[in-house]
Amino acid sequence: MNGTPLKPYGVIAEFATAADIMHAAEKVRDAGFKKWDVFTPFPIHGMDRAMGLKNSKVGWFAFLGGVTGYTCGMLMIWWMNAVNYPIVVGGKPMFSPFSAFPPSYELTILFGAFGSLGGMLFLNRLPRLYHPLLKNRRFAQVTHDKFFLVIETADPKYAEQATIKMLEEAGSNHIEVVEE
Amino acid sequence: MASTSSTPLPVVPDDLQRIPLVRNQRSIGWISDRVASVTEGRPPLWWWVCFIPSLGCLGMLGFMLAYQITTGVGVWGNMKPVMWGWDIINFVWWIGIGHAGTLISAILFLLRQRWRTAVNRAAEAMTIFAVMCAGIYPALHVGRVWFDWWLFPIPNSNGPIWPQFRSPLMWDVFAVSTYFTVSVLFWYMGLIPDLAVMRDRAKTRLRQYLYGLFSLGWTGSNRHWSNYEKAYLILAGLSTPLVLSVHSIVSLDFSVSQLPGWHTTIFPPYFVAGAIYSGFGMVLTLLVPLRKLCHLEDIITMRHIDIMCKVTLATGCIVSYAYLMEFFIAWYSGSAMEQFHFMNRALGPYNWAWIPMMFCNMIVPQMFWFKKIRQNVFVVFIISILVNIGMWFERFVIIVVSLHRDFLPSSWGYFKPTWVDVCTYIGTFGLFFTCFLLFMRFLPMIAISEVKGVTPQADPHHPLGGAKNEEAVTGDEGDVEI
Repeated sequence: MNGTPLKPYGVIAEFATAADIMHAAEKVRDAGFKKWDVFTPFPIHGMDRAMGLKNSKVGWFAFLGGVTGYTCGMLMIWWMNAVNYPIVVGGKPMFSPFSAFPPSYELTILFGAFGSLGGMLFLNRLPRLYHPLLKNRRFAQVTHDKFFLVIETADPKYAEQATIKMLEEAGSNHIEVVEE
Repeated sequence: MASTSSTPLPVVPDDLQRIPLVRNQRSIGWISDRVASVTEGRPPLWWWVCFIPSLGCLGMLGFMLAYQITTGVGVWGNMKPVMWGWDIINFVWWIGIGHAGTLISAILFLLRQRWRTAVNRAAEAMTIFAVMCAGIYPALHVGRVWFDWWLFPIPNSNGPIWPQFRSPLMWDVFAVSTYFTVSVLFWYMGLIPDLAVMRDRAKTRLRQYLYGLFSLGWTGSNRHWSNYEKAYLILAGLSTPLVLSVHSIVSLDFSVSQLPGWHTTIFPPYFVAGAIYSGFGMVLTLLVPLRKLCHLEDIITMRHIDIMCKVTLATGCIVSYAYLMEFFIAWYSGSAMEQFHFMNRALGPYNWAWIPMMFCNMIVPQMFWFKKIRQNVFVVFIISILVNIGMWFERFVIIVVSLHRDFLPSSWGYFKPTWVDVCTYIGTFGLFFTCFLLFMRFLPMIAISEVKGVTPQADPHHPLGGAKNEEAVTGDEGDVEI
């Protein structure tokens, strides 16, 4: 501790079951909060709807990766085998989309896979090696068997006492304020 | 759905209840404790008993490869007319084994087979290590390994000179390297939430640091899970055509040629089925003892073993069909060369390889029709080893028997492996098992968060997931609940 009081990051509420946190999420969503999140040891089905999240955009990254891979593969093979260094093999055409397809197909998949993993990391802003919640001892249980709902102080609707009261009513069994 | 709160829930009779995926109603916390405990504390004695010989074999592999590189490819038994010997047999064998891992992680994910969660991590690790073993062979088979980079389209100063992309061997380079890369990406992505589990329970500074680094700051945020699940689905969707294409392209290495025994249109589906068949054999060989040794019987249950036996049986039947169809087509084609080749396969000088292939791949898996056998782990273990022996002989028959007697009797020959061939093959087992044993000591060998996700506690509409009885039936505000 360096003496200066730390800024609060948000209020963190612990829940015991998947159903409890889902109902709490529905309440927080309906109360109109924006900067909040639910933390769970595994993805809970229906939680995206309970939080009011839109469909993930990872698909666009994978699609762009796939298109890039296929185009690069076809262009590369055409340029290498028909333009820059043509070799005649059995009188076959210098470039044929059929024999160029298998490597281009593999490159589609390769770049698509990089797109989806990279897109997931980019959209999640990972890797992130520091997070205020990861300092919290109780929060370490999130990867074990506990469920947490966090409302950040940055949310325009955030008001410490009222927010804590709402989360208590939602059925949380432990609430605390986490510092930045 | 929603307005039926007055009618009681239909009661499912006991004998129609689904067997739960995790036995004994374990809590979700128990799952992380149980799986992570395999990597914590001192390694058990059996681990050392397996690890030290594996390490010895790995050392032998290093010696064999060094000997081959410094002396030349002639130390292997490859000699005309059999220029593809044990190296290509073992390449195809190892890469085929990898296919079960991708089938489990990708295809069964798309088919919503929830049981896959218990075995997918170990099977994916098996894939990666098997592809590593496979990759050694073509890299050394070229003879001058220092020119291996010519296989890749890398700009060079040899004048404008580029790979020849009309060759299936070139397609294979792309297929296998993509397969390895995508398998690693898929495996690593699945590991991220579990590395966070390991980070949060790590006791030593080093473990906290390393697991913390590789878990990339994962917090379990639902906004993250949402993108994560989408990315996982897309990777599964991409890996599915990938795994089918890899062994199809491997089979094109053979079937694009004119050689009797290779020149066959049935090869791509036949190779893919054979690959999955041998891969499930290897998954069973690994997991049947491991579930016992690591006390994971409640997660990898007898039901899991049972289903994997059924997949082995199904793919074994496809392989058997292909064997018989090859004979039929040889007769039906009217081609004397084809007919001679298949007679030579069954009755020629190499029929000692054809008999175990037919026995292990056609007759042995038929035992899995019987539930008694699928429930007996010792028999399952023995059969799984026979499956892999059978599949090794299949590749031997396809490669060596086809090559040793081609069109001209003047160029016939008889292939014999050398001691270097044998020791290199044993050495790849060293590489495989060393990697696998290290994996299971340092990484969670079961996908912890995925197994948690298939327990009843994970379902907010199940009483064990905290749903009140009336909620479980009524639902609210348009949520889809049953």
